[in-house]
Amino acid sequence: MAAVLSVRGGARFGARRQRRFSWGSPLTYVLAMAVAAVSVAPVAYVVLGGFRTTGQIAADPAGLPDPWVWETYGRVLSGSQFWSQTFNSLLIAAGTTTGVVALGVCAAFVLARYSFRGREALYTFFTLGLLFPASAATLPLYLLLKDLDLINSFWGVILPQIAFQLPVTVVILRPFLMAIPGELEDASLIDGTTRPGFFWRIVLPLARPALVTVGVLAFVASWNSYLLPMLVLGRANLATLPLGVQNFSGQYTADTAGILAFTSLAMLPALLFFTLAERQIVGGLQGAVKG
Amino acid sequence: MTAIHSTVDPAGRAHARPAGPRPPSGGDGGRAGTDSAAAARAARNRRKWLEIVGFSAPATIVYAMFVLVPMAFAFYYSLFRWRGVGAPTDFRWFNNYKLAFEDPVFVDALTNNAIIVVGSLLIQGPLALGIALLLNRRFFGRSVFRALVFVPYVLAEVTVGIMWGLILVKGGELDTVLQSAGLGSWIRPWLADQDLVIWTLLGILTWKYLGFAIILFLAGLSNVPEELSEAAAIDGASWWQIQRHVTIPLLGPTIRIWMFLSIIGSLQVFDVIWVVSAASMRSLGASATMATYMVDNGFFARLWGYGNAIAMILFIISFTAGLLFQRFVLRRDIEGALTGRGRRAVKLRGGK
Repeated sequence: MAAVLSVRGGARFGARRQRRFSWGSPLTYVLAMAVAAVSVAPVAYVVLGGFRTTGQIAADPAGLPDPWVWETYGRVLSGSQFWSQTFNSLLIAAGTTTGVVALGVCAAFVLARYSFRGREALYTFFTLGLLFPASAATLPLYLLLKDLDLINSFWGVILPQIAFQLPVTVVILRPFLMAIPGELEDASLIDGTTRPGFFWRIVLPLARPALVTVGVLAFVASWNSYLLPMLVLGRANLATLPLGVQNFSGQYTADTAGILAFTSLAMLPALLFFTLAERQIVGGLQGAVKG
Repeated sequence: MTAIHSTVDPAGRAHARPAGPRPPSGGDGGRAGTDSAAAARAARNRRKWLEIVGFSAPATIVYAMFVLVPMAFAFYYSLFRWRGVGAPTDFRWFNNYKLAFEDPVFVDALTNNAIIVVGSLLIQGPLALGIALLLNRRFFGRSVFRALVFVPYVLAEVTVGIMWGLILVKGGELDTVLQSAGLGSWIRPWLADQDLVIWTLLGILTWKYLGFAIILFLAGLSNVPEELSEAAAIDGASWWQIQRHVTIPLLGPTIRIWMFLSIIGSLQVFDVIWVVSAASMRSLGASATMATYMVDNGFFARLWGYGNAIAMILFIISFTAGLLFQRFVLRRDIEGALTGRGRRAVKLRGGK
């Protein structure tokens, strides 16, 4: 509403407001809609497919639900499999996120706010991790986890995921923590706190947006991860959602509607989560990609 | 459990510690040279190092333990013929590496990785740049379009794989849509044709990861000062001229960082390939990548020595590619991030 009013008023009172909130050219909309359609159409197919019977899908793969069938979703939601896998995924993602944020901000704090010999070497040591392909490490990692007796244990997934997420976390957090003005540090030191005290009372609250960004990235990465859980969590009751989706589609190949319903329920949490945090993520990345 | 809690501890303990008066660190004024001043300085120094170690040790240990140590072991195991039972004893020098390059399937996997690296850069880069510029314009409903474009990137690789598997199956959604659009002659066995499958997979990967490039580019675009395009507009430049000569050059650092991440990601791609393409396609080499080849041979065929050799090859290729890229392409960007001086240089250069 306000947009419409300001466009009308703007014509009279100056161009400034008008430019801030214009309707855009039709071409912009056509292109944007085409892009959005390509992005969303396959997802819509999966979600809508869950509302059809396998017979309907076989008869017309590209059709709409007619009539709408709710039983398939109900069947998945009332089974214990889906919920236990959601719980496992949630537990692992929460553990990973907590670990990444806690360890990452501490390391980034030292790298950003202390001057000591070997600081740049330590930073390089962490950035080197960006060059380590996680999938290449998975096979040797499996052997290490076997020696540590962490196979079929959530820690066997959480700890390596923390380790592999740390480099990007440090790279994003360090410039952010560096940008906190030195005057704040001086002032808090004069007021009698120590540097850890400064970290706890000033840095952590100020760094919250950046912490949310790295936290969301870690959460989504963990929520979606597949290869490591596939190797480590062999026991069926430990399976995470991606493993569950894959198992389900392998087990009930004939039940297309069931697969579609299960798949769309599995993607819902990450979708909601990310949509809510999208602006936060783009905002947090700005510091990192400034160059 | 312990690993996580030990990091919270230093901060918590520091919080509880009686906060004694402490001179600002900038004032290194103990020039009098008395013993007590020297002792205080030593104590301060000791404490500083204690803090440094306390803060950075947990991250360093976890990172070293689960990223670096396994790769060291991988090198050791890769020198043996070993099926994972007992300690490796059958030492074969670099025989596993030789075997890998003699296996045509592995060479196919390397080729496929190369196709994905180059294809991702050439297709995703320009496409994402165009979409990011489009979504950077101010128009009503922009944030909704932005959110929708990110959707594929958020989905789990497995979900994407199963989804596209069902869409592309013979007589599935895509074939039906093509048929009803009168393009029935375009229908192909998307995932069952040995020559076609890798290109189908490249298409799926493009669909999946385009959103990531767009996110990065949009973040970079929001850092481009608006005054510059306003000034250019006042000078009579068209929207397209502004993008071409002002905005895109300033986006250089972001584009280069994306290229870096895209190359590393393409070299180690696993999930989507694994889920979408049939095992038979992988074993023929039609759709295998280095990572799927590694898991197929190392984990499932229990050729642990051989699998670790593949892991090392994958690691060395990614590491070398990454280092070269950093050394020759990203260098000025990273300098800029560290010193703040290089950034101005890039801006000046880009502004020409």
